[in-house]
Amino acid sequence: MNSQTHPIETELLEVSLGPQHPSTHGVFRMNATLDGETIVKLKPVMGYLHRNHEQIGEGITYIASFPFTDRLDYFCAMSNNFGLALAIEKLGGIAVSERGEYLRVIMAELTRLINHTAVTGFLLNDMGAFGTPLLYAFREREKILDLFEAASGSRMMCNYVRPGGVREDVPEAWLERAEKLVDGYPAFLDEFEKLLTENEIIRQRCQHVGILPKELAINASATGPLLRASGVDYDIRKVDGYSIYSRFNFRVPLGTVGDVYDRYYVRILEMRESVKILQQALKEIPTGAAISPKGLAMVKAPRTFRPPKGEAYGRIESPKGELGFYLVSDGTPQPYRYHIRAPSFVNLTILEDMCLGHKVADVIIILGSIDIVMGEVDR
Amino acid sequence: MIGIGVLRGMGVTFKTFLETYPWGRGLLRALRIPTTNGLVTVEYPDVKQQHHERFRYFPFLVYDQTPDNLRCVACKICEQECPPACIHIIGPAKDEQGRPAKAHGRTYPVEFDIDISVCMSCRICVDVCPFDAIEMDNQYELSGFDRFGQMVFNKDKLLKPNDYFQRIKPTEAATVDARLAAKKK
Ligand code: SF4
Ligand code: SF4
Repeated sequence: MNSQTHPIETELLEVSLGPQHPSTHGVFRMNATLDGETIVKLKPVMGYLHRNHEQIGEGITYIASFPFTDRLDYFCAMSNNFGLALAIEKLGGIAVSERGEYLRVIMAELTRLINHTAVTGFLLNDMGAFGTPLLYAFREREKILDLFEAASGSRMMCNYVRPGGVREDVPEAWLERAEKLVDGYPAFLDEFEKLLTENEIIRQRCQHVGILPKELAINASATGPLLRASGVDYDIRKVDGYSIYSRFNFRVPLGTVGDVYDRYYVRILEMRESVKILQQALKEIPTGAAISPKGLAMVKAPRTFRPPKGEAYGRIESPKGELGFYLVSDGTPQPYRYHIRAPSFVNLTILEDMCLGHKVADVIIILGSIDIVMGEVDR
Repeated sequence: MIGIGVLRGMGVTFKTFLETYPWGRGLLRALRIPTTNGLVTVEYPDVKQQHHERFRYFPFLVYDQTPDNLRCVACKICEQECPPACIHIIGPAKDEQGRPAKAHGRTYPVEFDIDISVCMSCRICVDVCPFDAIEMDNQYELSGFDRFGQMVFNKDKLLKPNDYFQRIKPTEAATVDARLAAKKK
């Protein structure tokens, strides 16, 4: 009788998810305040993986920062290298060899394939589809990593792109192998989509979960697939036209609702566009030197490179969003200031807004759909 | 209809399951379904993967013919450029009067240590060495229990003959040899 007349006394419960929780994508912690199972407050706690990357970069030559950028977002070593190379080229006025440009674009787009495939697998893992989609994703990823190893000597820590081009030309028959892989990729994507896109369980878990409204996405300076899933047409490859992206014919896929499902689907569509870019680039790639003479001189003797006083900001559309490198030179062989605008870090700041009102289990997949890598968040 | 998507997905899983068995592949072929070899992993350490020629893991020092004929002249450029600063060189060697000692017409390092637990396999030391004295090895089973005894490689452990370099990286070694021959002339 009592329980009907008096409402049950409830209390908010604070739960710490992470930092070593398997689905927090690295050493990341979320302090969630729960009302029952509903999130009323969520505070991301970062900094567990801080490695002093920017400060280290200010004490070594420009070239020596490249292997460290591999370890920022360790899924996308090639495109991280690419971003830093662009900034250095702007700073020092280094010309890029034509073949180098193509090779860089090829590597960056292959990286996008790797990242989007893997993140989709991880997202499904978070959703409870344990193993299968992730292993399918990793099977394909491995084939591309194999290509990376053949070209650069390392699967993940490639350290391959350099100002002026790439460190060394790709080995014999590499382009043919890449072409074969790229041509076969749509078939894998079809299979992957057959597995996931129409799946009712996935739709129920993802649709209308973690909606990020357009205005909020813009105000929070979200970038990458997260922003485009909310329906904002902003792709740095198009708006900035850096490197040689203006030569290729591709579309920027957009979402409509901005929920987890849109983010998943935008990534699938983006991969299909990347395949298009790759096919064009592999067909058009010219012969010649893979690196310009000035770039080569810099590789051989990093300390001879003394850019004039000034600053430069180089940015790329990395698979996760806008990856920018800000460099200030004081005329010495080492940068005076070296800063990174990491897409994962900025995208993570709106985690709370997406999670409020959802259940705890949804937080995990919302986090998974943002696509973060802690190496980049904490630097 | 609800559930069709799930069933289709299971079809994909089932096909992949069949592809991992010879009889399964046979069955798929009999049904005229395109199939691939579904076995993509190897059972390390019983089976080892074939690495690409450029695969790099840890640097070594090259010598020609005899170990005292090493190419390194102890110029210390690699020590200076190594991003995590894991190379440590003492030298060049001096004779009793304090003049640079020479072996085979070159100065040489007294000590040359690289810490493998700090090295990040970046290959920058190879890029900057003006004498092609240091190259990347593809040995990767280097774990050990002793931090300083096993993880810090000294000169003796780092020195490997040019023949070895020729064997693991024929293309690169050939270009290096051609370059060195051109320099001698
Ligand atoms: S390995 Fe090369 S760069 Fe390093 S000290 Fe010897 S000669 Fe100089
Ligand atoms: S590979 Fe890189 S980290 Fe390792 S010794 Fe050479 S320069 Fe240093």
